[in-house]
Amino acid sequence: MEDILLLQAIERYLEGSMLPAEKAYFEELRKNTPEIDQMVVEHSMFLHQMDFYAGTRTLKHNLHDIHTKLLSLGDINEGNEPSAKGKVVQMWNKYRRVTAIAACAGGIIALVISGLVTYLAPVNNSQIQQLKRDVEYVKRNQQYQGSKLSEVESKMPKGAILTGGGTGFLIDNKGYIITNAHVLTGSAFATVINNNGEEYKAKIVFKDEAKDLAMLKIDDKDFKPLKNIPYSIKKTSVDLGEEIFTLGYPKNEVVYNVGYLSSRNGYNGDSTTCQLQMSANPGNSGGPVLNKNGEVIGIISTREKLSEGVAFAVKSNNIYKLVDELKNTDDSTENIKLPSNNSSIKGIDRKDQIKKIENYVFLVQAFNKK
Amino acid sequence: MKAELNEQALLKGLANNDSKAIETLYKENFSMVQAFILNNNGSYDEARDIFQEAMIALYEKARSDSFVLTSKINTYVYSICRRLWFKRLQQLGRYSNQIDSLEETVPVEEDLEIHEKRNAEFAIMDRALNSLGEPCKSLLEGYYLKKLDMQQLAQMFGYTNADNAKNQKYKCLIRLKKLFFAQYNIGE
Repeated sequence: MEDILLLQAIERYLEGSMLPAEKAYFEELRKNTPEIDQMVVEHSMFLHQMDFYAGTRTLKHNLHDIHTKLLSLGDINEGNEPSAKGKVVQMWNKYRRVTAIAACAGGIIALVISGLVTYLAPVNNSQIQQLKRDVEYVKRNQQYQGSKLSEVESKMPKGAILTGGGTGFLIDNKGYIITNAHVLTGSAFATVINNNGEEYKAKIVFKDEAKDLAMLKIDDKDFKPLKNIPYSIKKTSVDLGEEIFTLGYPKNEVVYNVGYLSSRNGYNGDSTTCQLQMSANPGNSGGPVLNKNGEVIGIISTREKLSEGVAFAVKSNNIYKLVDELKNTDDSTENIKLPSNNSSIKGIDRKDQIKKIENYVFLVQAFNKK
Repeated sequence: MKAELNEQALLKGLANNDSKAIETLYKENFSMVQAFILNNNGSYDEARDIFQEAMIALYEKARSDSFVLTSKINTYVYSICRRLWFKRLQQLGRYSNQIDSLEETVPVEEDLEIHEKRNAEFAIMDRALNSLGEPCKSLLEGYYLKKLDMQQLAQMFGYTNADNAKNQKYKCLIRLKKLFFAQYNIGE
C-alpha cells in the first residue's frame, strides 16, 4: 500500500500536478532520501519508455494503414500481382548480369561477323560503287529509245522485267561481248544496243563473279558480223600515268571520257584491278578502257564513293583468262578469236579512233522473267 | 527556404504522429526506397519492411531533444534504408552486388545504433506488457497509451469508482515495471 502511495506521489510530482507546498515538501524528501530519489529517476525513465513505446506503436499502425491506403489509391505500386511480379523482378535481378554478359557477347560476335563480311566482300563495300545503271534510269531510257527507234521492233522479251544495265564491247566480231558480271546480276537474258540504236538479243555465255567479268553472245538473225575489231586487247601490265579513255553508256548515247592510270592496283590493293583517275557514272560498268594506241587495258567496273573521280577497272589480261576458262569448261562453244595484237587505230587522231570504235561498244540491258 | 520549412513541418508532424505528415513522407520517399531494394535482390515485402523501419528511425530522431537533421529528408531516409538493407542481406547471407543509384548518402551509423537500442527497448516493453495479463494490460494501455482518464477507465472496466481503478492501475504498473526492468537490466 505504501508503495502505491509513493508511486502515486512520484507520478503526480512528475506530471507537475502537485501543489507548491506539497511539491516543496516532496523535493525536500527526495533530497534527503536517496531511495526515493532513485525511484523518481527510475519512474521518470520508465514513463519515458512507455511514452516512446506508445508513440512507436501508434506509428507502426499508422504506417501499416497508410501503406494499404496508398496502395489502393495507386500512389505506390507493388505490381498488380505482388508475388508473381516480385518473382519476375527477383529473377531479373538474379540473372541480370548473365543476361548482360550474354548480350555483350552476342553484340561483339555480331560486330565481328559483320566486320568480316564487310572486309571479305570488297566489291560490295560501301566505299565502292558498282557502275551498273539503275533500273529506273534504264527504263526511262528505254522509253525514250523506243520512241526514237520507232521503226525497229523491240527485242525485249515479252513479259520480262529490266534488272539493270551497263556497257559492253566486242571481243570477237562473231558477236562475243565482254561486260561486268554485276551488270547481269539476277538476270536470265540480255539485249545489246549499239550506238545506232539497233537492238540485238544476246545470251549469257559465261559469268565469273570473282573476276566480275561476263561474256555475252549476240544471238540474233539481224546481227551482221562487223569488220575486224579495230582495237587490240593488252596482255601485259600497264604503265602508271598512261593516258586512257573510255566509251560507255551512262545515258542512251555513247559517252567518251578521258583520264589516266593512277595506280597499278585497285581498291585495297586488289591486283586483278587497276585504279583510274577519271569520272565514271552508273552505266559505265563493262566499258572498255583504252590507251592512246587503241589497246584495251581494262574493263571499267567500280568507283570509289568517297573520292571524286576515282574509278577501278578489271585488268585486260583477265579477258584472256576468261576465254581460257570458258574453253576448258565448255567445249561446245565455237572458237573465240580475240583481236590481233596490232591495233588498227594506233597513231590516228582521237576523233577518228572513236568513230572507229563506237560501233563496237554496246549498251547492255539485263532482263529477268516476271 | 520554403522547402526546408516544409521539411521541418513534416518532421514535426511525424514526431506528433500526425497521419497527414506521415502520408506525405510515405508518398515522397517510398518509391525511391522500393526501387533500391528491388534492384538489390530484395522483394516488395522486404522493401516495405525496410522503409517502415527507416520511418521509425526518422520518428525517433525527430522526437529526440537534440534533433537536428543536417540533410534533406530523402537523403536521410535513403541512407538509413541502404545501411539497413545491406546489413540484412549480410545477416541472411544473401548476395548482392550493391547496386547504388547515384543518390548521395549521409553517415547514419550513430543514429542506427540508437535506433537498434530503441528497437530492443520496444521489444522488451512489448513483451512485458503482453505477459502482464488482463485486465492489467488493457488498463495500463488505456491510461498510458490511449491517455484516457481514470473516470472513463473505471467505467470501461467496471470499477465502482475512479480511486479503485487508480489503485489497480498502480498495482499493475508496479508489476509492469518489475517485468520491464528485469529484462531491461539484463539487456544492459
